[in-house]
Amino acid sequence: MSEKQSFIGWIDERFPLTKVWNEHLAEYYAPKNFNFWYFFGSLALLVLVNQIVTGIWLTMNYKPDAELAFASVEYIMRDVDYGWLLRYLHSTGASAFFAVIYLHMFRGLMYGSYRKPRELLWIIGVVIYLAMMATAFMGYLLPWGQMSFWGAQVIVNLFAAVPVVGEDLSIWIRGDYVISDATLNRFFALHFLLPFVLVGLVFLHIVALHKVGSNNPDGIEIKKNKDENGIPKDGIRFHPYYSVKDIMGVVGFLIIFLGIVFFAPDFFGLFLEAPNFEPANPLKTPDHIAPVWYFTPFYAMLRAVPPMFGSQFPGVVVMFAAILVLFFLPWLDKSPVKSVRYKGPIFKVALATFAVTFVVLAYLGLKPASPLLTLLAQIFTALYFAFFLLMPWYSKIDKTKPVPERVTE
Amino acid sequence: MKKLISILLLSIMPVVGMAAGGSVHLEPANNDLADQASLQRGVKYFVNYCQGCHSMQFVRYNQMAEATGLTEDEVKDNLMFKENEKLGMKMTSAIDANDAARWFGKAIPDLTLTARLKHGGGDWIYTYLKSFYLDPSRPTGVNNTVFPDVGMPHILGELQGMQKAVFKTETDADGNEHKVFEKFEQVSEGKMSPEEYDNMVRDLTNYMVWASEPMKLERQRIGIYVMIFLSILFVLAYLLKKEYWKDIH
Repeated sequence: MSEKQSFIGWIDERFPLTKVWNEHLAEYYAPKNFNFWYFFGSLALLVLVNQIVTGIWLTMNYKPDAELAFASVEYIMRDVDYGWLLRYLHSTGASAFFAVIYLHMFRGLMYGSYRKPRELLWIIGVVIYLAMMATAFMGYLLPWGQMSFWGAQVIVNLFAAVPVVGEDLSIWIRGDYVISDATLNRFFALHFLLPFVLVGLVFLHIVALHKVGSNNPDGIEIKKNKDENGIPKDGIRFHPYYSVKDIMGVVGFLIIFLGIVFFAPDFFGLFLEAPNFEPANPLKTPDHIAPVWYFTPFYAMLRAVPPMFGSQFPGVVVMFAAILVLFFLPWLDKSPVKSVRYKGPIFKVALATFAVTFVVLAYLGLKPASPLLTLLAQIFTALYFAFFLLMPWYSKIDKTKPVPERVTE
Repeated sequence: MKKLISILLLSIMPVVGMAAGGSVHLEPANNDLADQASLQRGVKYFVNYCQGCHSMQFVRYNQMAEATGLTEDEVKDNLMFKENEKLGMKMTSAIDANDAARWFGKAIPDLTLTARLKHGGGDWIYTYLKSFYLDPSRPTGVNNTVFPDVGMPHILGELQGMQKAVFKTETDADGNEHKVFEKFEQVSEGKMSPEEYDNMVRDLTNYMVWASEPMKLERQRIGIYVMIFLSILFVLAYLLKKEYWKDIH
């Protein structure tokens, strides 16, 4: 036995190192027909690591204090060596995280990755998405600019719309009657904690994935077709095949991501909003309060619902329902096939409409409300829910194509 | 499916058009951050005309010296007026903040980040500084088309001279009449010709754009190397992937 083997052997007797390596990388068989859309899982992991690493370095100079927070961010930008780079990596990373996750989720919608046996995998994913939203929302308060302050004010006030307990609930969240130093401190604490919860959830997501195996663009189970050694005929080892392919994906992603970091970190006011270059001022309400782009589809839905019985609560319900409906997706799809490739024309139209709907709602949420825009928001909110709520019906009557036995190129 | 998408897209087109209009027309500043002579003139104007009241609380004198190419002695001798100021200190104003708030009715804004705060950035600053006009109804005697009812007096009036604004009346689709700004007319001569004033305001804008993001040129310079590196790495990653995948059919 060589020295290296004996060392690994020593570890293996005490910790299943080789077993874990083989189960999850070297002998994890993934379908060989992954396409472009399958890059976003590993990219999401990369962006999460980027957020954690740059975030920890930012905290080394950031001050979670209403008097000092804004100036400490400028201190990072100007006086800390490469502080500007850390901060732009973090602020651009937040937007990149959502962009990657939205594409990752859309991949799931296209190829039916939420269908049996992957229901729990999908549900863990939706929980990750919720945790991401909470993390991003709290993180956005930290620079303590005008939009940080007023955005948090608007969102926390949503909880105040809950009947009976709303007022107390919003005070409990803020720790004060208004967004204040107390709110900033607790949001900072939670913004530091939640990413590690995210890591835990991502671990569960991957454990669930490796239990059921990856879906693929054809939406067929490769485990149904195994060779004499019990290896799926259409499966290839994750390492080295997909590890080298993902390296290529990572470099391609970095060209776009770092292109934004180095040449357009504001991203035309979408990633860093102009009003946030002014310190938070509780006495001065900005003309127009808009959340960051990744929340605006839901913000548009919130504003689309008119107040009922003098309460904004129905809008809040609709907004949260738009996310909660995702949990039920695995049971809403009654189609005999998983992948859009073999689904019928109704599903294809529904999916394309849904994608357009999401983008239009995101756009509407960025704009000040006007009667015309509110009407559009109402129409597109209805379309958003129609995609999910009518799915049991249209997925059943849709004309599907026969599914092949083996994966196609 | 494509037809449906185009119908949906067309349905939002009028919205996009509406969102584009409505704001004040801004003149392009055409400032150049790489032009150190312009930055030197800009900081000279800023310190002499602006910094009496407006601070740049996040900019240090030595950072400004490095970016503008001025020596430390030049900065000390010409641009630092307060007692006991050190080169590593921030470029704060001379005015007492409480006095200022009392005299002008509201706190005087810090100008470090103005170029990133205002929509239009440098173009906003450039146009704003050219858009003061006589308005006897205002306590300062002047108003501004870019920033209506601004509290700031026309500090640069002695250089630009005074101008009045000519408005025309327009009737909108609903039959309501609006006063719309048409053009400025020079009322009195300033110390500078209009071209000299434009150049001066451009230099001042250039300095303020620099101050809002001092690392901008460095960021772009590093960015080019990062892009070159990643492009080469991408080719290698692609070839590596191709090599591994050649036995997969």
